[in-house]
Amino acid sequence: MGPKLDFSVVFDALPALLWGCVGTFQLALSGMALALAIGIGGVLTRNSRRAPVRLATITFIEIIRNTPFLVQIFFLFFALPGLGVKLDPTQTAILALGLNGGAYAIEIIRGGVQSIPKGQTEAGLALGLHKGQVFRLIILTPALRAIFPALTGQFIMLTLTSSICSSVAAYELTSVAQRIESDTFRSFEVYFTITGMYLAMSWILMVGFAAIARRQFNYPTR
Amino acid sequence: MSHPPSDAAPLISIEAVDKWYGAFQVLRGITLTVRKGEKIVLCGPSGSGKSTLIRCINHLETYQAGRIVVDGVVVNDSVKNIDTVRSEVGMVFQSFNLFPHLTILQNCTLAPMRVRGVNKATAEATARRYLDRVRILDQADKYPAQLSGGQQQRVAIARALCMEPKAMLFDEPTSALDPEMVKEVLDTMVGLAADGMTMICVTHEMGFARQVADRVIFMANGELVEQAPPEVFFRNPTQQRTRDFLGQILAQH
Ligand SMILES: Nc1ncnc2c1ncn2[C@@H]1O[C@H](COP(=O)(O)OP(=O)(O)OP(=O)(O)O)[C@@H](O)[C@H]1O
Ligand SMILES: [Mg+2]
Repeated sequence: MGPKLDFSVVFDALPALLWGCVGTFQLALSGMALALAIGIGGVLTRNSRRAPVRLATITFIEIIRNTPFLVQIFFLFFALPGLGVKLDPTQTAILALGLNGGAYAIEIIRGGVQSIPKGQTEAGLALGLHKGQVFRLIILTPALRAIFPALTGQFIMLTLTSSICSSVAAYELTSVAQRIESDTFRSFEVYFTITGMYLAMSWILMVGFAAIARRQFNYPTR
Repeated sequence: MSHPPSDAAPLISIEAVDKWYGAFQVLRGITLTVRKGEKIVLCGPSGSGKSTLIRCINHLETYQAGRIVVDGVVVNDSVKNIDTVRSEVGMVFQSFNLFPHLTILQNCTLAPMRVRGVNKATAEATARRYLDRVRILDQADKYPAQLSGGQQQRVAIARALCMEPKAMLFDEPTSALDPEMVKEVLDTMVGLAADGMTMICVTHEMGFARQVADRVIFMANGELVEQAPPEVFFRNPTQQRTRDFLGQILAQH
C-alpha cells in the first residue's frame, strides 16, 4: 500500500458527496420515468400495424442496444446543438439515460405483454372496449407485474450507468467525486466512499421498488 | 318455458357466411336466423367451426363472404358497427377470462363505465344487481383468483349482463369446470333463458339443450348439418353424421 489512508478529506467533503447522491437520484429517477414512458409507448409502436412505425422502433432499439452509452451521450451532447437543440449537461444526461433505458424497457415490457393470455384481450374487446383501452386497462398491469423484477433490475443498471454522465459534466455523484479527487489527490478514499454510496442507493431503490410492487400488484394470482 | 313467437323479429341474421384460414375453409355457407328471445344450442365435433362461427358475430373473427346482421347493424369492418354490436352482444368464454387485477365488482363495472359512460355509482348498483342474480354478491370485493371456477364463470356471466346486452354468446362455458361446478353455471344459464334472453350456446351439455333450447343445431366441417327442436333432434335425427355424433356424446355422459 502507498501512503497512509486519510479519510478526513472525505469527511470534509461529505456534504458535497451527499449532494452528489441527490444529483444521481435526480438523474436516475427522471431517466427511469422517461424510460418507462418510452418502454410502454414503444411496445405499442413496436407492434404497430404500420410497417414504418414498427421499423423505426426496431431500428431505435437496435442502435441503442448495440452502441456504447458513452458514445450515445457524447452524440447527444455534441450533435444536438448542431440541430439547434440546446440542452444543459443534466438535461442531456436525463435524455440519454431515458433513451438508453427505454430501448431495453421496450423489449422487457413487450415480453410481459406477450405473456398475457389472448383471452384477456378478447374478453375486453367483446365487452366493447377499444384496443387502446384494452391495453391500458386490462393488459398493462398484469404485464408489468410479470416483468417487474427484470424492469427494476434494468432501472438499477440505469442508475449505475448515470455515473458515465460525469463525462459531460452532469451534476451527479461521480463528477463530484472526480472534482474532490483532483483537489485532494485522495483517490482511494474518495472512490471507496462513493462505492459504498452507490451500493446504498441501489438498496434504497430496491426497497422502493418492492414497496411499489406491494402497492400496485397486490392482487392474488392463484 | 315460454317459447318466443315464431314471427318475432330476427335479432341475429347470418347469411351465407364463408370463412377461410388460408386455403382451409372453416365456415361453409352458414345461414342462420336467430329471433329475439330464441335459445340456440350449437354442437358438433372438435374443429367443426362452432367457436369461429359465434366469434364472427361480434367480430372477434372476420369472415370473407356473406353477411351478418345484428339488430339491424351489419357486422363488417366499420369500427362504428363493431362497437355497436359488441356493446349489445355479451360473450362468455370457456376460460372465464376475468381480469385478475380487478375485483369482482370492478370486473363488472369496467365496461359499463368505459364503453357506456355510466357513472360509478350507477355501474356499481347494476353490477350488484347482476352479481346477486348469479348468487355471488358476497364475493364482490374479492379478486378472481380467490374464486372457484364455477364462481368465476358466474361472474363472467354477470359481467356480460352488466352491459345489458340484447343477446348472449356462450362458447363451451362449462367445459373447463370441475364436474361438481357445472350445475351451478348451467342453472344460471337456465335462469337467464327463462328471463327471455336471446342465447347462442356452444355446449355439449345435452340436458341443458333439452331443457332450454328452442333449436339444437349440429355443425360439422364448417356446415350446419341439421337443426331441429330438441325433442325432434334427439329422438329423430335425420342425418347419419348427427346420429354418430349423438352416439358418442351420449356414451360419454
Ligand atoms: N387462427 C387459426 N388459424 C388457422 N386455423 C384455425 C385458426 N383458428 C381455428 N382454426 C381451425 O379452424 C377450425 C375450426 O376451429 P373452431 O375453434 O371454430 O372449432 P370448434 O368447433 O370450436 O372446436 P372445439 O370443439 O375444439 O372448440 C379448426 O380446424 C381449427 O384448427
Ligand atoms: Mg371451440
